[in-house]
Amino acid sequence: MQKSLARITAVLITSTVLVGVANAETIRWARSSDALTLDPHSQNQGNTHTLAHHIYETLLGRDNDGSLTPRLATEYALKEGDPTVWVFKLREGVKFHNGNDFTAEDVVYSIERAKSEFSNMKQLHAEVESVTAVDDYTVEFQMTGPALIYPNNLTNTFIMDKTWSDENDLAVVQDFASGASNYSVLNTNGTGPYTLTSREVDVKTVLDYNEGWWGDKPAVDKIEYLTIADAQTRISALLSGEIDIVQDVPPQDIERLSNTDGFKVEIGPENRFIYFGYRFGDEPLKSSNITDSNPFNNPLVREAMELVLDRDAIKQVVMRGQSIPTGIPNPPFVNGWTPELDAYPKPDVEKAKALMVEAGYPDGFTVTLDTPNNRYVNDEAISTAYVGMLGQIGIQVTLASRPVAEHSPIILANNSDFYLLGWGVPTFDSAYVFNDLIHSKTDLHGTYNVGLYTNPELDEKIIALGTMDDIAARDATIAEIWEVVKADRVLMPVHNQVLAYAMRDGVTLAVQPENQPNMTTVTFD
Amino acid sequence: MLAFIARRLVQSVIVMLVVAFIAFLVFRYVGDPLAALLSQDAKQADYDAARERLGLDQPFYMQFFAFVSNALQGQFGISYRLQQPVSQLILERLPATIELAFASSIIALVGGVFLGIYTALRQRTFSTGVIMTLSLIGVSLPTFLIGIGLIYVFAVELKWLPSFGRGEVIQLGWWRTGLLTQSGLRSLILPAITLSLFQLTLIMRLVRAEMLEVMRTDYIRFAKARGLSNRAINFGHALKNTMVPVITITGLQLGSVIAFAIITETVFQWPGVGSLFVNSVAAVDVPVMAAYLVFVALIFVVINLIVDILYFIVDPRLRDGVRAGK
Repeated sequence: MQKSLARITAVLITSTVLVGVANAETIRWARSSDALTLDPHSQNQGNTHTLAHHIYETLLGRDNDGSLTPRLATEYALKEGDPTVWVFKLREGVKFHNGNDFTAEDVVYSIERAKSEFSNMKQLHAEVESVTAVDDYTVEFQMTGPALIYPNNLTNTFIMDKTWSDENDLAVVQDFASGASNYSVLNTNGTGPYTLTSREVDVKTVLDYNEGWWGDKPAVDKIEYLTIADAQTRISALLSGEIDIVQDVPPQDIERLSNTDGFKVEIGPENRFIYFGYRFGDEPLKSSNITDSNPFNNPLVREAMELVLDRDAIKQVVMRGQSIPTGIPNPPFVNGWTPELDAYPKPDVEKAKALMVEAGYPDGFTVTLDTPNNRYVNDEAISTAYVGMLGQIGIQVTLASRPVAEHSPIILANNSDFYLLGWGVPTFDSAYVFNDLIHSKTDLHGTYNVGLYTNPELDEKIIALGTMDDIAARDATIAEIWEVVKADRVLMPVHNQVLAYAMRDGVTLAVQPENQPNMTTVTFD
Repeated sequence: MLAFIARRLVQSVIVMLVVAFIAFLVFRYVGDPLAALLSQDAKQADYDAARERLGLDQPFYMQFFAFVSNALQGQFGISYRLQQPVSQLILERLPATIELAFASSIIALVGGVFLGIYTALRQRTFSTGVIMTLSLIGVSLPTFLIGIGLIYVFAVELKWLPSFGRGEVIQLGWWRTGLLTQSGLRSLILPAITLSLFQLTLIMRLVRAEMLEVMRTDYIRFAKARGLSNRAINFGHALKNTMVPVITITGLQLGSVIAFAIITETVFQWPGVGSLFVNSVAAVDVPVMAAYLVFVALIFVVINLIVDILYFIVDPRLRDGVRAGK
């Protein structure tokens, strides 16, 4: 009896130890570049948000299908009788990593910090006039006018602990010019599922599960987040078994990895479209042999250019099948997208040639195409392909390919006749596209309206979208704007990008449309 | 002697200033850091404000003056990308690069001397032919190809060694070392070999040529005539005289190994100053790029200064020359 009891105890101890080991699941996750900072409001950038989402939390989250989900806020609604006030009910019983309680004061503090001068998040909260804590778990946002889609802007604004921030002097977001770093660049205190264990910038960041987290316990207990800049090395590290999940998989490796035993690739659409833009206005182009007019300003030329753009060929040849051709500069997740708008014409070179003759350019013209070569998937190759297609109707294009750091200043200064760019829509609403790409260029709008398209009627409608208080009317206006944008061919969309995550068998991570994968959603077989 | 050193110091300062100026001039045209710093939806007004805040709207000479006066106090500003002081970033990354550079130099020195002697002594054998041919292939293949090849064979296929990173590290004061852990040492092998190959070939060919030269000299022939053993002749007499130029070259090359470990560090994701530089270029992180260039120039200037002073001490003719010059 004694003996068997001892044996049972021994077995129990061993099995508990074993179970303990088996349950401690570590995920080793690599991508090409690191988060820029841990200060939650300093940068508005995907990599930075992705890491922050594991440590900090937002009022609302975004599901893999693009829909809004409750997070630190459990309910939200417009105040009855006042469409200029949003009321958020907060989750109760949530604690920060240091044990402090999460309350409405923290939300007020964080939104004000995100609105402050050096914050890159301030654009998203430009319409917030003031934030007030009604009680410990209710917050009211007074907007400058009706702002129906404002909750969409909250999915990347993280909530900090006011007490901790005050202790560490964090009221001002990191300011480069001041020459001083701030405590939150390397230290964290969020309410999120993981706590920061160690961080070596550009090398490795280790996160451990936060036992006090309010949500269901995720399968991953420990995250090792690694930066591996070189694509070859990144894929090799996966193949050699040193890491479990790789982000930023080059399209040329997708097929190879899918066919390799022990590995798989998860593919899904990204909320980002790639497009060509050109200069509007009567002023002649800078890089063209036509010096008395601007051929791009002629709708017939733009139509001809679309008729030679073979989107399916670009998908097959340049993207190796990894893209979703589109007829509208707006991804399918985004409010305002319709299948009709998304349709695009079949290539028709003969008709395009006839249009060029009709437009008065039977011999075509010359122009320079500016393209980045390290920003979007196969960006330079897409441009090269289009150069060949335009050659069919006599438009002779010189390709000017540059790293994005050199491409951007040219674009922003409106110094390009013809260019390639990509655009993501973090608010999942068409107004975001209109504000920066379609509205006439001013200090506050049309920053990326590189071609200087102007249409006062559209400008009025775009501004109106910001303060409309009837969803149906607002959607109708969005549809009207898209109709004009598509008919005018203000932009020449090519495709929506596709995301690919590679992983070892036994691990599953679904693609997130903003390329912000969440390790709490990882499952192990 | 003091006058000589003082003159060389002044020269060094001028060199550093020129390098700083060129670095600054070049980096002014590599691109706009604001593109990487501001978010997609930043407004034109934000760009203007940020430009002013960072001093990018100031004339070139003002920016350069501010840079030099800060640099003299060891201040290279804040990295745009990583938001940390640049001097701190470089100091944090330096141990990794120095360990890699020394490991590869040792491999190059030991391997190079051994193979050099071997090929000099066994001139017309098959193995010498193989070594000489391989060494030619070794120098003509680009470093990143060698690195990727080694990763493929030893990490992906054989799974013997890690493909990236530095493994586990231990903090000794401000020095973070990977030399004291097993995974750290294993991680060092592939990048060190990759980085050493070029130096190894150089040293091997140098040793071989010197050795062949020395073996033809009279005193070796006399030593042979006196009936000394091969071992005594080869290692006691010949090798000793071969080593002087080899040591000079190795010392000088150490500087360039530290400075140009960039490719190897990138391929192996080695967290040293080289990969810091590459990542900074992509983001147009001007403070880091400028500081790195100044830092590399400093290494070369200091090494050259030391070499000059050593020659001055060792070679009496130089000393006499200086006296005569007075």
